[in-house]
Amino acid sequence: MKKVFFTFLASLLLLSSFAQSDKYHNAMLPKVAAMDTTHNIDMIKDLAGAFERIGDAEKTQWLPYYYSALANVSTGYMLSMGKMGGLADQLDPIADKADAMISKAEALSKDNSEIYIIKKMIATLRMMGDPMNRYMTYGPQAQQALETAKKLNPENPRVYLLEGEDKFYTPEQYGGSKEEARKLLELATAKYDAFKPASDIDPNWGRAMIQYLMSQMK
Amino acid sequence: MRKFLALGILLVTINTLTAQTLLKGTVKDIKDHPLPGATIAIKDSYDGGTSDSAGNFSFKTYEKGEQTLVVTAIGYKGWEQKIAVKDSTLGFSINLKEEINEMKAVVITAGSFEASDKKRTTVLNSIDIVTTASANADITGAIKTLPGAQQVGESEGLFVRGGTASETKTYIDGTLVNNFFYTSVPNIAQRGRFSPFIFKGTVFSAGGYSALYGQALSSALILESIDLPERSSANISISPIGGAVGIQKLAKDKRSSWGVNYGYTNIVLAYKVLNPRVDYYHMPEFHTGDANFRIKTSTTGILKYYGYFSQNQLAVRNPSLDTLGYKDAFRLKNFNMYHNLAWRENIGSYWKFNGGVSFTNNKDNINGSTQDSKNSQVILEGLEYKNFHLDAYGNYFNAKAVFERRLRGLSAVRFGSEYNYSNDKADYTLYNGNKYPNNIKENLVAGFAEADIYLTNDLAAKLGSRLEHSSLLNKYNLAPRASLAYKVGKEAQASLAYGIFYQNPERKYLPSTNDLTFSKATHYIAQYQKVSTLTTFRVEAFYKKYNDLIKTSVTNNQETASSNQGYGYAKGLEFFWRDKKTVKNFDYWISYSFLDTKRDFLNFPGEMEPNFAAKHTANLVLKKFISGLRTQFNANYQYASGRPYYNIRYNNSNDKYSIYDKGRTKDFNSVSLSVNYLPNIFKKGANQFTVFVFSITNVLGSNQVYGYNYSYNGLRKQAIIPPTKTFVYLGVFLSFGVDRTQEVINSNL
Repeated sequence: MKKVFFTFLASLLLLSSFAQSDKYHNAMLPKVAAMDTTHNIDMIKDLAGAFERIGDAEKTQWLPYYYSALANVSTGYMLSMGKMGGLADQLDPIADKADAMISKAEALSKDNSEIYIIKKMIATLRMMGDPMNRYMTYGPQAQQALETAKKLNPENPRVYLLEGEDKFYTPEQYGGSKEEARKLLELATAKYDAFKPASDIDPNWGRAMIQYLMSQMK
Repeated sequence: MRKFLALGILLVTINTLTAQTLLKGTVKDIKDHPLPGATIAIKDSYDGGTSDSAGNFSFKTYEKGEQTLVVTAIGYKGWEQKIAVKDSTLGFSINLKEEINEMKAVVITAGSFEASDKKRTTVLNSIDIVTTASANADITGAIKTLPGAQQVGESEGLFVRGGTASETKTYIDGTLVNNFFYTSVPNIAQRGRFSPFIFKGTVFSAGGYSALYGQALSSALILESIDLPERSSANISISPIGGAVGIQKLAKDKRSSWGVNYGYTNIVLAYKVLNPRVDYYHMPEFHTGDANFRIKTSTTGILKYYGYFSQNQLAVRNPSLDTLGYKDAFRLKNFNMYHNLAWRENIGSYWKFNGGVSFTNNKDNINGSTQDSKNSQVILEGLEYKNFHLDAYGNYFNAKAVFERRLRGLSAVRFGSEYNYSNDKADYTLYNGNKYPNNIKENLVAGFAEADIYLTNDLAAKLGSRLEHSSLLNKYNLAPRASLAYKVGKEAQASLAYGIFYQNPERKYLPSTNDLTFSKATHYIAQYQKVSTLTTFRVEAFYKKYNDLIKTSVTNNQETASSNQGYGYAKGLEFFWRDKKTVKNFDYWISYSFLDTKRDFLNFPGEMEPNFAAKHTANLVLKKFISGLRTQFNANYQYASGRPYYNIRYNNSNDKYSIYDKGRTKDFNSVSLSVNYLPNIFKKGANQFTVFVFSITNVLGSNQVYGYNYSYNGLRKQAIIPPTKTFVYLGVFLSFGVDRTQEVINSNL
């Protein structure tokens, strides 16, 4: 009887720990999927909050904070869509929040290429608030973050996606080039094909952006 | 047992199947304004929600029993409460307290204008200083477009709110700078010595400044040098009046850097073209060099060295007013060396240290003479004194240490001390070989303490006090300072400032045979400002009272300080408006100053309007960047109403100064234009950064009269005018290895 009892207790413990990580995984999976399909700014804000709560509850997982930062920075990008400058008031608090999230993620996972991708996006977001006055500060900062991301993992497809995106949106007179953008995006596609995320909730976003940019070039 | 187990499992299942609890409510601040975007969560669970634009939230949870509800919002203090989750619906009404933080808190701004790239609420940034059309890349030139500063063109320096140029002191990285400007030349304003490119931040305080700064009755110009450069680079600049080369090297680990620069300026070509109204018999010629290193001493600490030397020469002659057909000649050679070592460090999370030492060595050789029509030196009877030689040597040492202890929120206390040593030697030799040596030494020691007290996010006070001892005067002074800032609305705040300021007598009027004391100014300032990211509006009223100003009399043919019986006042109203919002890529600012001031000091026979103060001063600065042309166009209009001028002479018979003639100059008008063409701006991967600069000051060729010179007997007078009516500058700056334009236009623009 004793044996049964202990087996039961052990399996209960095992079960509960499975249940725990299962709970984490189950909570993350639909939200990670939603990141790719949600284009409503309020829903992304909700996702940012949800990821932050998971991060706070789990305490040792970097992914929830990473996605929270990504969601925050995405709301900033959406706000600034099609506008140039004059948004620092609105974008700075968002960038601050994203910064806070990515710092928490970085504390749990050092030298992570994916985290530097977000850092690049945050620096770019800050610059977009007031490009004329900020490009000298945040331009090199964004560049540096992207270089670090590449150095840490040259196979990270998002490095080439962001490079291509920059080339795509920069007017030609300022050094942008659709041709170079295409090359970079093709390179990114090859990297995506070869890329194996560590799990089904690890970062693997961005493919849709390539398709969108490519369709714009036709 | 099995049954029991089965029951247990069943119970667990039932438990998880029970209904969810709905939590809902509102999040507001303490004034009951809804807070959108607040995060509401059940601690250690995934359940929670985000408040909407009305501050409402609702979410469901399966958690049961005693839980902790946590609410957070950016800029607010966190809120936590234990709750018992059992009912099907729980309602909450939550009020969050504002957190005191730099973003939202009031900033004490009365009296000061800050130019910086870092802080969000600054008025100018460092680029503004180099792109202001009338400034010619001179720091004080740009400051003169701000309210409070006068358009004085006949001598260098900042004349602020009825004060003389000597009442403004300049600090680099905390320590006092002696000889900030090139040595004075009669009736020709000189530039500042330092390039605006070496500074990342500028604070121009027109009054009411902190107890950290002293020995300035009117104003403090506080400059902060740049930290590590972004990248290594080499720079070249070429213009018809000179050139410069430099290199800046950033170490691989990005923890240290060094750089050297050398420049040569000779305005001979410009003057050939522009035909100056003065006769330079030695064209103004400058050699300047500087060197720097910067070392990161920790994640927060940095040690910075900046060293500078310059050697310049010029000689100028003008038709003499005193005797027709002859000329007054003036020749100047100057050597100047300046070293500044500054260190800042955070010690733990509460303490900050800022310290620095600076050393200056300055040498002037000045020759005055009378020349005949053939330009050879002559000594005329009665005017022998115009032939003289002056050798002046100055050695200056300054040190300062400031400790800061952070308190709760943004509150902090700061204290420290400052030491200024100066040794001025001047050997004056008259035509007949008579020598008049003069040596003034001063050891000024100061201690200061101040506290920033944030009572709430909306109300802050800065209280400070400064104690100084001068060995020269053998006296102490104690100067209290206080300012208060109150946030009156979103982006708007009102400030008040009060302070007492002391200053030593100017050395050129020393030594005195009488016992002297510090001159004193008392400032009262009231300010209102509304600042958003793209617009700035400020209005400021001030009253300044002067006591114990220096009076002079003539001893041994020299104007010397005789007493502290001078006094005066200045009051006025100033406006500033800057707008980058209304028109895209177009930026302008307007400043206007009204000044009412009178004083009795130096040789003034009584209380009167000083000759360096205009009643009305106005500036309009326009900047437009046309991205398609990669060109920035800058224009600037400056106006100042006429200033009084006097012929004050010493009457030997009654031992008094009297006014023999007076008048008022015509109004001052100047329109300046400049064009900056940046062929590589925003170009990605470009390894070279080029700027072409073309500028014209006083485009319309307005006749500008700064005042009048009189002959020694007062029979003749002559207008003081700029050396050239308009000045044209053309130059190109090349920078290699630095691509400052990376990532300028990015994916989402």
